[in-house]
Amino acid sequence: MAIEVRIPTILRTYTGGERAVESTGASVAEVIDALESAHPGIKERLVEDGAVRRFVNIYVDDEDIRFTGALETPVAESSTVVILPAVAGGAVSDLAAQGPAPLPA
Amino acid sequence: MLTIQREILDAIVAHARRDHPDEACGVVAGPFGSDRPTRFVPMVNAAMSPTFYEFDSGDLLRLYREMDDRDEEPVVIYHSHTATEAYPSRTDTNLASEPNAHYVLVSTRDGAHESGPVDVRSYRIVDGEVTEEEVTIVERYDDDAPAPTKESA
Repeated sequence: MAIEVRIPTILRTYTGGERAVESTGASVAEVIDALESAHPGIKERLVEDGAVRRFVNIYVDDEDIRFTGALETPVAESSTVVILPAVAGGAVSDLAAQGPAPLPA
Repeated sequence: MLTIQREILDAIVAHARRDHPDEACGVVAGPFGSDRPTRFVPMVNAAMSPTFYEFDSGDLLRLYREMDDRDEEPVVIYHSHTATEAYPSRTDTNLASEPNAHYVLVSTRDGAHESGPVDVRSYRIVDGEVTEEEVTIVERYDDDAPAPTKESA
């Protein structure tokens, strides 16, 4: 049984338009590495300096991985991984104060 | 062009006024591919800030699951600016991640949160590029006539 990874609209250019793809791995980090092998370029949109980007949300079986071990969060064979870009913004003009940009164009 | 029902636009403005001086945010979902905003979903601004908004990550997951289940997408993503104009900031532009959505901005500055006209404008934000678009307010969506719908390229 493979791990299902749900891909947000903005990253479907990497998956040939697929809304969900299958991947493998025992942790989120491994799942992302397997994703990268199959869909080169996608990892950079998710991870920066060894951590998940500030404005990217990743969930394993409905739990935000920020609270379950970040990239080391374990993933089971039957897990579903959901990737969602944050819906965020605001009048503040200095993005640097908010951390790195999430999804470079 | 954004075509939106008056009742829904009024609800967006009311939400912006209610949450002033913090920024208000939410979506209007609609059937996938329809470009028709039908289901008003006000969201909590987890940042609770006058200069920033962000959907709570748990709320975000529930929202997207619900839209998936209903075969919907976020046709409108709205938020308010409470001290500046209704134009996307650099932050808004950098963080915009729904290329198919209409980004609606409401400004409640200069007392607009209490009374008087409120500036409401709509934009497409794709690959960091902002394009303002016309907003057409309708009393109801024309459901009866299966008229040819305008498809945007």
